[in-house]
Amino acid sequence: MSEPTPSLPTVGILGAGKVGTVLSRLLLSAGYRVLIAASGDPSRIALIVDVLAPGAVALTAAEVAREADVVILALPLGKYRSIPADLLEGKLVIDAMNYWWEIDGIRADLDDPRTSTSELVQDFLPASRVVKAFNHMGYHDLDEGPSAAGAADRKAIGIAGDDDAALTEAAALVDAAGFDPVRVGTLRDSVSLQPHSELFGANLPAAGVRDAAARFSSTERGREVAAARAGAPALRPR
Amino acid sequence: MTTEIEFGLNSFGDVPSDAGRTLTDPETVRLLVDEAKLAERVGLDVFSLGEHYREGHVDSATPVLLAGIATATERIRLGTAVTVLSTNDPVRLYNEFSTLDALSNGRAQLVLGRASQTQSFPLFGYELEDYEHLFEEKLDLFMKLQREMPTTWQGTVRSPLTNQTLHPTMRPGGIPTWIGVGGSPESVVRAARYGLPLMLAIIGGQPERFAGHVDLYFRALEQFGLPRLPVGQHALGLIADTDEEAAETWWRSWEPLVTQMGRERGFYPPTRDRYELELATGALFVGSPETVAQKIVRMTDELQINRFDLKYDIGGLPVDARARTIELFGTRVAPRVRELLAEKADDREQQPVGATHE
Repeated sequence: MSEPTPSLPTVGILGAGKVGTVLSRLLLSAGYRVLIAASGDPSRIALIVDVLAPGAVALTAAEVAREADVVILALPLGKYRSIPADLLEGKLVIDAMNYWWEIDGIRADLDDPRTSTSELVQDFLPASRVVKAFNHMGYHDLDEGPSAAGAADRKAIGIAGDDDAALTEAAALVDAAGFDPVRVGTLRDSVSLQPHSELFGANLPAAGVRDAAARFSSTERGREVAAARAGAPALRPR
Repeated sequence: MTTEIEFGLNSFGDVPSDAGRTLTDPETVRLLVDEAKLAERVGLDVFSLGEHYREGHVDSATPVLLAGIATATERIRLGTAVTVLSTNDPVRLYNEFSTLDALSNGRAQLVLGRASQTQSFPLFGYELEDYEHLFEEKLDLFMKLQREMPTTWQGTVRSPLTNQTLHPTMRPGGIPTWIGVGGSPESVVRAARYGLPLMLAIIGGQPERFAGHVDLYFRALEQFGLPRLPVGQHALGLIADTDEEAAETWWRSWEPLVTQMGRERGFYPPTRDRYELELATGALFVGSPETVAQKIVRMTDELQINRFDLKYDIGGLPVDARARTIELFGTRVAPRVRELLAEKADDREQQPVGATHE
């Protein structure tokens, strides 16, 4: 395992499941220092981290939130209210979560087309800069897919956010992880990266991601979202 | 390094077609008994049934079906793939499987899991978000029942037991019980903690991604002071005389199924390109006997498996394609894999001392 590159930000990952361990590996090999936490005592994930993400440091969620410069959310979306919000003030927070009813249970609040789930996360973390990224690609494609910048057919990850500087930082992280970052709009637009959208599950090069994002509004899901947003006030007016 | 391997067939009770007609549920139930008999005849080691509660599947009363199969077979072992422990009562499950074990003369086994399908939760009055807690507590109780009878147990998911003995009592130590895992590292560690063999359900992507999970499992066993235990792989597939025939037949059923799954879970339908990739380097074991055998041998290297279970049924598949898969799996694939493993073992023996292995 190579030593972390000192000039790079320290990345914290909340969640040591399938996605959390894959993202840890990708960023470790890009030279980042990676801190990782599951819920509860870090000793519970020590072996998992040691084997599946060697080089990452297992800590509590609070320690990760405090010490990391950038924090990636890779926990079940249904648990987003357990995130230590006050410790993330001012930080870039990357939301890689999706509503997955089989794990989260049936939750109308997480499945409302009027509000993207990243908007809910941003509301819960008002002092953080939230960017949606790493959510739409299946974890096995993430694992198998990274390649060097400029590689032919390099796969791309759609990112969305409201803060330009935050998007630039997130894009650098996506690039370092081995994927082309493609901006697809604001947090409100990030519904196009969520389940039921064409991009959800997509494992495509940049042009494919860009095209799919561009035609979102003309897809069945896009029209459904637009109708819901036009017809009734959003849960979260912006 | 794998030198011996066992082969299992898995069915989720998928309703097939016959000459374009969809079989009825009762016809499918009876077909499963015939298929298990065929599996025994062609020398396969285990026949296992899933547990589902949805249209197109008839495997809702797994132990009842297995009991029927038990009285129609003599040698093949009878298991599950997987039993949704989270929504079963461990006491009831014990009674069912100790009875099956008695009835089948010691051929019963289980794979326990959290399930990738969720219909049993609302059906039996459980909350989906409790699935982790339900599984953890119920596994604790179920293993206690198998390992320490009479059992005293207290928890939150059912009434406590005090010095309870169940009948028929299982053989000492209980029946072979595997933990089915879909990729969650915590579940891998849990299997090791309980000293239970690991069944990896790999249904998409490159199977070798799971090599880290196998390492994790072995390291965890070591940490708990336990010996190495078997690792199995559950995969989907179809075997036909040629690769082309297998690929076309499977696609006709697989494409609508994955499209439907995508609709439920929010991802888009599979493309033919993606399918071809799954066949070439991915998780589908679809092909001629030689293609499938070579792929299984690769898994014994990469994932160190000593058990390979093929789920041979998929909604709407013609009954004769199912029968052909079972037949070829038993008569062609299994012997060919064993032959290839023996050749590899010979090669290793012939290597000079000190030669490096990959």
